[in-house]
Amino acid sequence: MAIKLDKVDVVVVGTGWSGGIPSAELTKKGYKVVALERGRDHDHSDFVGAKDELRYASRYEIMTDNSISTVTARGTSDDEAFPLRTQSENFEGNNVGGSSVHWSGVTQRGRKFDLEARSITIEKYGEDKIPKDMNLQDMGISYDELEPYFDQFEKTAGTSGEEDPMGPPRSDSYPTGPMRPSYPVKLFKEAATNLGYHPVMVPSANLSENYENPDGERINACQYCSFCMMYGCDFGAKSDPVATVIPTAKKTGNYEMRTESYVRRVLHKDGKATGVLYVDMRTGLEYEQPADVVVVAGYTISNTHLMLLSEIGKPYDPKTGEGVIGKNSAGLASPGGGATGFFEDKKFNLFMGAGSLGGTFSDLDSDNIDNSDVDFIGGGICEIRQRGSGPIGDNPVPKDTPRWGKEYKEKSLHYVNRMLSVGFMSPSFGWKFNYFDLDPNYTDMFNDPLLRITHSVTDQDRKYAEYFNDRAEEIMKEMGADIVEKDSLPEEWGHTQGYGETSGGVIMGDDPKTSAVNNYSQVWDMENLFVIGASSLPHKIPQQTGTIGALAYRAAEGIDKYLSDDSGLLVESKTNTLNA
Amino acid sequence: MSDKKTQDKKNENNQPEQESRRRFLKNSGLVTGGIVGGSLLGSFIDNPFTKDKTTSDKDEKSKKAFTETRMFFTRFEDFYVLEAAVERIYPEDDNGPGAIELGVPYFIDKQLAGPYGSNKFDYMKGPVQEVDVASSYQTLMSRGEVFIEGIRKLNAKSLKDHDEKFHELEGEQQDELLAAMEAGEIDLRGVTGTTFFNLLRQMTIEGAYADPLYGGNKNMMGWKMKEHPGIRPGYSDLIEEEEFQVIEQMSLRDYQA
Repeated sequence: MAIKLDKVDVVVVGTGWSGGIPSAELTKKGYKVVALERGRDHDHSDFVGAKDELRYASRYEIMTDNSISTVTARGTSDDEAFPLRTQSENFEGNNVGGSSVHWSGVTQRGRKFDLEARSITIEKYGEDKIPKDMNLQDMGISYDELEPYFDQFEKTAGTSGEEDPMGPPRSDSYPTGPMRPSYPVKLFKEAATNLGYHPVMVPSANLSENYENPDGERINACQYCSFCMMYGCDFGAKSDPVATVIPTAKKTGNYEMRTESYVRRVLHKDGKATGVLYVDMRTGLEYEQPADVVVVAGYTISNTHLMLLSEIGKPYDPKTGEGVIGKNSAGLASPGGGATGFFEDKKFNLFMGAGSLGGTFSDLDSDNIDNSDVDFIGGGICEIRQRGSGPIGDNPVPKDTPRWGKEYKEKSLHYVNRMLSVGFMSPSFGWKFNYFDLDPNYTDMFNDPLLRITHSVTDQDRKYAEYFNDRAEEIMKEMGADIVEKDSLPEEWGHTQGYGETSGGVIMGDDPKTSAVNNYSQVWDMENLFVIGASSLPHKIPQQTGTIGALAYRAAEGIDKYLSDDSGLLVESKTNTLNA
Repeated sequence: MSDKKTQDKKNENNQPEQESRRRFLKNSGLVTGGIVGGSLLGSFIDNPFTKDKTTSDKDEKSKKAFTETRMFFTRFEDFYVLEAAVERIYPEDDNGPGAIELGVPYFIDKQLAGPYGSNKFDYMKGPVQEVDVASSYQTLMSRGEVFIEGIRKLNAKSLKDHDEKFHELEGEQQDELLAAMEAGEIDLRGVTGTTFFNLLRQMTIEGAYADPLYGGNKNMMGWKMKEHPGIRPGYSDLIEEEEFQVIEQMSLRDYQA
């Protein structure tokens, strides 16, 4: 029934950072790559003059269409999952560049801890420190091994940053200098310094100056215009795949992108991937695209969904803890920890800003915090951000203010330029009972089962939040706020999915029994299939895009290696008991 | 300010004008037990005698734009209830205009007539479950249908409790009914009252502050109240300023021009 097409070297599902990076790297080396993108084509010219909050932020202009597919959600295995129907409940980036277009641009590196969380926890505090039922795992690669790839990603993106004295070690400085601080960021840096921390500007993909990357792609200087997160950039000043790796791939002549092409299955035979099955969304016709190597590089949700639908790898079973596909749904209710301050005597220019304009410090991040005397593991990257307020989205009022009516209007107008918040970007760990599987009741437009998310908040999350709420409160008081409100403690997952925060499902590790891919993003059970993206994180890494970019560069290297010489597994597995 | 206030008071809820129109129809006997035909109503609205008086600047200003006309709501009465409800959610006060003067009812009308109102990008397969997550949209009804159902049940509750239509109640009475809707205490068919109220509240805020191209935020008055410039090419020259910057508003019409 499906129309069979000519075989290519590599077929890549997705055009965000995860798919765009291997597409650029492999086409540069001469491989023929076909990319399949479920969304529309768009480029920078679509974003010129598109400063429309209702259209982009409230109506999710460049996000996925839930009428095609969505997810179902529930807290625990005992609950009945229900579908997240609207885009305010479930969204991820759509169209060329995917979520990497609407991202805010914060470009942190994963910390040493993030990559080897289990080993480091045991080494520092002993195995008893790991809470019962937490699936705490290493990724099978150390920070030092991944460092060159971080560097490579930052050079492609032109990351603007300031040397972080408490951050992970770097082989080279940031390609461009830090962004300029707004007044709230200066206040934050002063307060943090007073408290003994070492604040710097947030490493940013909103660039401080015009930049040409090693592939010859130009990114412009940020104008601090505020239409950033949820938008494509008006000025081509946000590093994204549309500005960098996609044009790089196109220039080679070896890249063919097919948009509105929805991949439904990875096809395989005798343990090897043979290609993918996709639907041309304009005609409804099905195609089979054969390839030597298949790269699945969508978002967490679609990667996991595609693996389960294609019946590759052993699905995770929460009862036994066995199996790998769908394991560790994370990032859905990141504990964070934060505080909000309302200022009576100060008014800030909060309508200005950029997605990743902000101040940060690493003194309490997962590498630097001492967890000996606290009842949780991991730390947080502190941040203040001035993204630029939207009149629809930003209506800050102190707690206990009515949600509507005279008082609401009065207070929201009064405080709109007088509210700042400080928060901690936290890891979100994998737990035995938090996972993805196929929903037994609800189906997508092709009548395939939807992906079901089971996720609940734990004591670790609450204790983490309690601790970091207090730290944030101290900073906000030091900043001089008149009213300081700590964030509320996480009670349960809000049953929403979005902002590119969800991770897990096809996780990376050194043992095929507990992980789905190795550190080249190669599937243990299918050596010519690579699954790249936030799906590979065994726990959600705070501000994960930088790490995903680095892992995508490493995957590209692995695919080249696989195609050019050693076909076979690129990494020796730690145990030899491969799952069937 | 006082001049403006008088003007605003006069236009409050657009009611005096509508009230008089309805009262006239009622008194004329045209509606008692009968049906007012479209052409009759139309000719009445166009009746030059209802315009009369001096064509002052004020009249010119209060004259509706061609786009301030219903494209979604079919019944006058539904629209009156909508107007009264959004004005309670975002009332006129000393800061400036309320939802009606900002054009929120027409904003909502236009949104409901488009893809958002018909949930084009949402998952609309059954079955629907009862869930205790208030933010969840669990119904197969489109937003347009939810509005019609919600507004009519709100008005029916008003008639039952007070023997008056919702838009004829005192403000506090309207607030009580809206709070009951928000709490899910008014039964709707196929959707919860809370879902309807959340949507009503959210779209009221959107209508107050979205770019004027959508029919709300009239004359950028929502942005002016917030001291938000709306749209500027960028703030590269001002980003480090410590003083609060009062910047004149610009909309997409001027930005894209």
